[in-house]
Amino acid sequence: MTKFHINGRTVVIDAEDDTPLLWVIRDMIGLTGTKFSCGIGMCGACTVHVGGRPTRSCITPVGSVSDAEVTTIEGLDPQGQHPLQKAWINLQVPQCGYCQSGQIMQAAALLKDFPTPSDQDIDAVMTGNLCRCMTYVRIRKAIKQAATAMRKEASNG
Amino acid sequence: MGKRFLIGVVAIGVLGILGFGVLAWRPAIAPIAQPAPGSFAPALVAKGEALAGGGYCAECHTAKGGRTFAGGYAMATPFGVIYSTNITSDPETGIGTWSEAAFARAMQEGVARDGSLLFPAFPYDHFTKLSDDDVQALYAFFMTRAPVRSPAQEDGLPFPFNIRYLQAGWRLLFFRSGRFEPDARKSAEWNRGAYLAGSLSHCGACHTPRNLLGAEKAGDAYAGAAIDNWIAPPLTAANPAPVPWTQEELFSYLRNGVSVLHGSAAGPMAPVVHGLAALSDQDVRALATYFADLDRAGERLASIGPAVARAMSYAPLGAGQDFDADARLYMAACASCHYNSGQVPLAVRPELALNSALNLPEPDNLIQVVLRGINAKDGIPGVVMPSFAPALSDADIARIADYLRRTRTNLPPWPDLQSKIAAMRQIVVGSF
Repeated sequence: MTKFHINGRTVVIDAEDDTPLLWVIRDMIGLTGTKFSCGIGMCGACTVHVGGRPTRSCITPVGSVSDAEVTTIEGLDPQGQHPLQKAWINLQVPQCGYCQSGQIMQAAALLKDFPTPSDQDIDAVMTGNLCRCMTYVRIRKAIKQAATAMRKEASNG
Repeated sequence: MGKRFLIGVVAIGVLGILGFGVLAWRPAIAPIAQPAPGSFAPALVAKGEALAGGGYCAECHTAKGGRTFAGGYAMATPFGVIYSTNITSDPETGIGTWSEAAFARAMQEGVARDGSLLFPAFPYDHFTKLSDDDVQALYAFFMTRAPVRSPAQEDGLPFPFNIRYLQAGWRLLFFRSGRFEPDARKSAEWNRGAYLAGSLSHCGACHTPRNLLGAEKAGDAYAGAAIDNWIAPPLTAANPAPVPWTQEELFSYLRNGVSVLHGSAAGPMAPVVHGLAALSDQDVRALATYFADLDRAGERLASIGPAVARAMSYAPLGAGQDFDADARLYMAACASCHYNSGQVPLAVRPELALNSALNLPEPDNLIQVVLRGINAKDGIPGVVMPSFAPALSDADIARIADYLRRTRTNLPPWPDLQSKIAAMRQIVVGSF
């Protein structure tokens, strides 16, 4: 039994402690925006936030997130209007889309740490998020566009 | 002559055994009627609760998945497995009929109520330094815990280690009873830290190396030691972290489970942070003051800037378009969380170049953390590191460890990494 919080609500999960968090999110809680891909933490498609930090949910045992705050793509912004999501739509970033929720969750954490990310910062932090459609160029562009929007928002606020 | 000599030897032998018996013998202290919980002042109980946290009593006196303080936790010592005992107020299986004098004797002298000698897996060699007032408060706390019926488990100690009488010899050699004595040349804060570290929080139990008979080496206090398949690093100036542990970093680490210039409290250090949470900021600051003095951080402040700058110069390594396969593996598996840029690392991005795990002579701590990950309660609160045990092969982890050691330190490579990782994997997977 593990209790934790996901997108602001509390859930109690009856699963073995070593069950991957990703299985719990998709199959038990029913939030399918987070994707399964490599299963060994090497592709980033399953990235969610735990305590605000990007985390590969496929290799995170559910027992380890006891009482923690988990955020998935569904909870990143209540209206789906996170600056990254807007930039993603604006620049039509996805092709097949499978890796994109992981890309956005990783990018959201990137912008918290590096509000004005250099190309090197983006390369380093996003390297673990693979895209078989090679949308990398648009991902980089969208991250920069969102960063600009967030800085504007912050200075207007 | 030969006969007289023989008689003499026998006489000395008999006297020796008798003497040893006298030495080993401790009277039982009569059981008492269980004191009513209401007979203890609430303030005293609250003080005892904080002290019990700062001494991590629950850590060893609670079995995995068991009731708090009901004992049964298995301690794997080099001599065999020892199970902790029930310290709830249950009259039959706990300490409900122990008088305060019996409790104090156990804490400060290592003798159980019935007169038997306790094994030093219970760190009475540290608790002997506790003040009488603190022992009284701990007594009040434990006597007011709800009784839990949980009989002691049979220890797995082979002969002759299972003979408690023989502990008298160990005590003669290694145990010195006595309360903490402050150092008049040092500040009150330093002395408070020295008191907590040496008695209640028994830091030396893990961080001081032990001799063949399991006693802490008196001349090597805090010189670092192996414990439960982790390395407890030296707390002296010999600590291998590139940046000295200053009072600020120690305070942040002990209070919040993370230091921006050193990283997270993981493994056996995580429960230390949980336990210290019961102590006040002043007490934790006192510990930080004491250890910052012990590692002589004050004399090495000038080294901090250059060490941080050097670490940050390593940060972009691997981020480029090069085709170093080791670097690619590190970037894919680790850099999304551990990459840093700029002048100083971010606390939420533990900088591996500064971490003692990468700078110790042994790779154990790095391997442990990679295999196990860190759960949300440990290290940075609410944040996890995934467990890479099911994800990375022994060869993969060896490549990452070797790559980091090669590119982020000037230290020699770790030998036999892959076999060490394979052995550690057996231990880690077995403990899940």
